[in-house]
Amino acid sequence: MQKIILAKTGNEAMALAMKQVNPDVVAAYPITPATEIVQIFSQYVADGEVKTEFVAVESEHSAMSACIGSAAAGARTMTGTSSQGLALMYEMIYIAAGLRLPIVMADVNRALSAPINIHCDHSDTMGCRDAGWIHIFSENAQEAYDSMIQAVRIAEHQDVRLPVMVTTDGFIISHGMERIDTLPDADVQSFIGKYDPMMHLLDVKKPFTVGAINLTDYYFEHRRAMVDAQNNALKVIKEVGQEFGKKFDTNYGLIEKYQLDDAEVAIVALGSTCGTSKVVIDKLRQQGVKAGLLKVRVFRPFPTEEIARALENIRTVAVLDRSDSVGGFGGPVFTEIRSALYGSAKKPQISGVVYGLGGREIDMEQIEGLFMDLKAGKVKADAVSYLGVRE
Amino acid sequence: MANLKELAARGDKFTGGHRACAGCGATIVARQALLAAGDKPVVTTCATGCLEVVSTIFPYTAWDVPFIHSAFENSAATISGVEAAYQSLKRQGTVTEDIRFMAFGGDGGTYDIGLQALSGAMERGHNMLYICYDNQAYMNTGIQRSSATPKGSSTTTSPNGKKIPGKVQFRKNLTEIMAAHGIPYVAQSVVGNWSDFTKKVEKALAKGGPAFIAILQPCRLGWGYPPELTAELGRLAVETNFWPLYEVEDGQYKLNHTPKERQPIDEWMFQQERFRHLKRPEHQAIIAQIQQDIDARWEQLNKKCSL
Repeated sequence: MQKIILAKTGNEAMALAMKQVNPDVVAAYPITPATEIVQIFSQYVADGEVKTEFVAVESEHSAMSACIGSAAAGARTMTGTSSQGLALMYEMIYIAAGLRLPIVMADVNRALSAPINIHCDHSDTMGCRDAGWIHIFSENAQEAYDSMIQAVRIAEHQDVRLPVMVTTDGFIISHGMERIDTLPDADVQSFIGKYDPMMHLLDVKKPFTVGAINLTDYYFEHRRAMVDAQNNALKVIKEVGQEFGKKFDTNYGLIEKYQLDDAEVAIVALGSTCGTSKVVIDKLRQQGVKAGLLKVRVFRPFPTEEIARALENIRTVAVLDRSDSVGGFGGPVFTEIRSALYGSAKKPQISGVVYGLGGREIDMEQIEGLFMDLKAGKVKADAVSYLGVRE
Repeated sequence: MANLKELAARGDKFTGGHRACAGCGATIVARQALLAAGDKPVVTTCATGCLEVVSTIFPYTAWDVPFIHSAFENSAATISGVEAAYQSLKRQGTVTEDIRFMAFGGDGGTYDIGLQALSGAMERGHNMLYICYDNQAYMNTGIQRSSATPKGSSTTTSPNGKKIPGKVQFRKNLTEIMAAHGIPYVAQSVVGNWSDFTKKVEKALAKGGPAFIAILQPCRLGWGYPPELTAELGRLAVETNFWPLYEVEDGQYKLNHTPKERQPIDEWMFQQERFRHLKRPEHQAIIAQIQQDIDARWEQLNKKCSL
């Protein structure tokens, strides 16, 4: 297999992955900074490079509604959005998962209004973390490309049948150009295989009802079944990631440990900050500082046990959240990780750090400073602080 | 058009055993629409509302055709996704049948919260028939006013009170809004005239492309009348010119029925609880305004039909 090296922005990489998946239907609406994905894909449609029926809907709410109709009709279905668009979809996000439809969505993480802001933070997808979707974060354009392809297999797996969102950091990844390894179309197609839904609406000889009302006697069981599907996804995501690695040389898991096993001080992060942190860690390691990183690639299903195992022997950990649970005790990543560690015999000193809201820059000096503060015991454990904000 | 004997011989695709009120007009709409579709395969959707909740209480369903419900404001968007899937899979040869697509929504889900999704779907030109079963209020949540609620009507959010006698505003004319989309087929029909409705559904499905039918559907609970009067009150709405039967085919307006003698609107209104408060002499002016509005709208429609 010959990989094709290209220079692509995150949006271009995701659009290319969508082209190679060649879905039956894409229904989407423009929104900064995800617009390009839809725009580039429209050109593929206009040039006859894909077999896709493209539905240029009049809102994101209708985008997800049309995706739901399409997926229930047995079509491989994809979309893309960001921020306010995802917020407008919110009602349908729950329904897509509740109806167990394997939709794959590219979301470019962007802050939520107000104040209106077009830059990166993770508030948009974190706002629907309880909806039943699988959430896969990307460190860079390469991961976004690879994960979009894997997402199709994960979503359609018979033990999962849940929608998947693959996210990139707005502008940082979506608009930053990188060198990426891409796969030949045929390899993508053979990796994802043919979609063969169990039941679908266009099978008119076997009529069935999708989206029936469930009262007190059935609703709970159907929601409970989604929990099983999420648990099954932990295994499926790893299997798909390993198969991807076997075929295309890069393995993917739920988390990634970077210089973590012998680390004394560690940070936990999602998305592009992981890349910045790795550079800082390399520098600190040369200076003899035992710094490490835990990258959370998959936030839903939350890899509770893997994370607890990865962190329980570390002395001091700071969990970086690029979104806040306003009025809660720290951001969503911090609260989940702290909770995951509760049952461990040995626990690290752990603190929450909210950073980078609305695209506020996080640079290597800040991350290095955080490591040094952790090392010096200057970061208060079991507390939440805000990094890079004027207070 | 299929005659009554033929329709009766067709098996129901919207079956009995559902939980609608006695005298419900919405279920008549679903049943007759699917009968009119005949043997042609149809995939359907319905907005959240009376029709959907009474017909799909899990693990039961009244729909003997493929059916999807997803939310309230989006039945047009949902069916447009189903239809897009069909276009794609048909082109690829994985689906071979010739399938029609039908969406149902109440007036709340169509005139109000679903107007954007409907407008978008119609503009995009999906091959679909949207049927609005217009009972003139949010009946499923307990009779709240919508933009389809007629002036003077007492609903739970436009109640007859000491100062305000029911809904102040005239209703929105959605059929004209849909006609302004320039789609191949738009029509108004009524529960109580099976032949008119069957003909229109058949025509809409045969034409292809986006089509819209608003069917006035008396609601015994929300309008307040004995259940056996559903069809009769539908027909009387036509005879008063409150709800003219007409169609707009490729931009051409056509009246389908002209009453021999236009009945005064109070004949229709005073058989319904929702208007009963207007019987009081001090509200005569409101009745006069309503009558005037009906006559003016009728005149406008006639002008369009004679072009």
